[in-house]
Amino acid sequence: MLRINCPWCGTRDEPEFSFGGESHITRPTLDADDDQWSDYLFNKENPKGIHYEQWLHKYGCGRWFNIARDTVTHEIYRVYRMGEAKPDLEKSGRD
Amino acid sequence: MSPRKYAHRTGQLKGYSFLSLARQALGGHKGWPPVWRSPEPKKNYDVLIIGAGGHGLSTAYYLAKKYGVKNIAVLDKGWLGGGNTGRNTQVTRSNYFWPQSAAFFDHSLKLYEGLSHELNFNVMLSQRGVLTLAHSKHEMEGIRRWANAIKINNVDAEVLTPAEVKKMVPLINLDCRFPVHGGFVQRRGGVSRHDAVAWGYARAASALGVDIIQQCEVKGFNIQDGRVIGVETTRGSIGAGKVSFSVAGHTSHVASMAGFRVPVSSMQLQAMVSEPIKPCLDTMLTSSVIHVYVSQSDRGELVFGGRADVYNSYAQRGGFPVLQENVAALLELIPAFSRLRLMRQWAGIVDITPDTSPLMGHTPVKNLYFSGGWGTGGYKAIPAGGDTMAYTIANDRPHPLIEDFGLDRFRSGRLVDEGAASGVAH
Repeated sequence: MLRINCPWCGTRDEPEFSFGGESHITRPTLDADDDQWSDYLFNKENPKGIHYEQWLHKYGCGRWFNIARDTVTHEIYRVYRMGEAKPDLEKSGRD
Repeated sequence: MSPRKYAHRTGQLKGYSFLSLARQALGGHKGWPPVWRSPEPKKNYDVLIIGAGGHGLSTAYYLAKKYGVKNIAVLDKGWLGGGNTGRNTQVTRSNYFWPQSAAFFDHSLKLYEGLSHELNFNVMLSQRGVLTLAHSKHEMEGIRRWANAIKINNVDAEVLTPAEVKKMVPLINLDCRFPVHGGFVQRRGGVSRHDAVAWGYARAASALGVDIIQQCEVKGFNIQDGRVIGVETTRGSIGAGKVSFSVAGHTSHVASMAGFRVPVSSMQLQAMVSEPIKPCLDTMLTSSVIHVYVSQSDRGELVFGGRADVYNSYAQRGGFPVLQENVAALLELIPAFSRLRLMRQWAGIVDITPDTSPLMGHTPVKNLYFSGGWGTGGYKAIPAGGDTMAYTIANDRPHPLIEDFGLDRFRSGRLVDEGAASGVAH
């Protein structure tokens, strides 16, 4: 079971949260062609390794936040707020 | 020359029969030859298939059998049938809503119906029916619509009252939370033996000269001018005229090696079995609302599962909260199972697409094909997946049954939304 450290409520069990998919997806501009638009709508980063993703503390504070998590070990390397830049784990290390 | 060496040299298949069984029994079963060859990889192949699961092996088999391709290899980073082919709950059915899905999956079920004979290998297909429950008046209406759509698709479906459900599954608790309002059954649906499907295709493909190379992981593609010419593996480079990959659970990973993105999220789907008990459940029971599907294996174990662990993962373990939900759902439907102990639990990695329909056919790279995105339901598609991919690779155009399952549907917007239509366990 995942134990997720909500930035507002602290560490809680997985069933309190719901998964919101990949973070840091940028909506293309209105003049995007079909390829760019369908890439934005459907294609996913689905790495075997570190995934930057959104979670909602559904049965807690009800707020969204980001985490950087390894999809093989499930280790959570970083919890950070919505709007914050994607952390560079290669540079700063996995704390 | 020993029969084993003879079979190796000629690629001929020694058929299984009552006579061969009797002869081997008299010899203490010491004379059975290996079921497939394990050759060293050659420098070049006409067709290279990545992933020796059900889909890869059946593709190789039909390429050799129906299209006469001589020089084929199937590579696997582990052992054959060791991915989702060996991890699923063996459900074999074709009760799909949309015409494209019904046509494809019923082709698959028909191939399953003749598969033991075709492969000379008993895949133990048991058409015990797949019974889907409804737990409200509105869901019952949905089930009627779904069953009608299935019948219009020329597939069998039969709507049942609660009393008829009880007759099929005497142990069921109709009065559970969200009481059972009825259901529908596809009587041609059922279960089959998943390892036998992998082994049967492997044996038959090997006998037709297909090289099955296990413990050989693909590390990258060699692509020249937008055309694939081979792969780099842990056992050296191998050249190929055409390459296809069917790597359930790793579709994104392998696609990224070839430089393109796919609409896939990989997640864990758990399954578990109880200790073996006497026969008490002779159908495949499934419920979308209470969210569990269960059948009883020939050994007597209850084989069941429910929802996936809904976050990206390649861990093949499954988390406890979902395991607990699956067990709770089963006990709500059949309280008599509460005394049973769980024997094993595991997870497979399922590649889920936005419309939960598969991705099959061409890729943006020339001569590179793929079959993936099977979500939670790739096992039942193995024969048709192999048959249609073999056609697609041999003719360099999609088989008519899979034209609608190409990667380009996300650009054109022609999705085949079975996720919304067919609900659970699909």
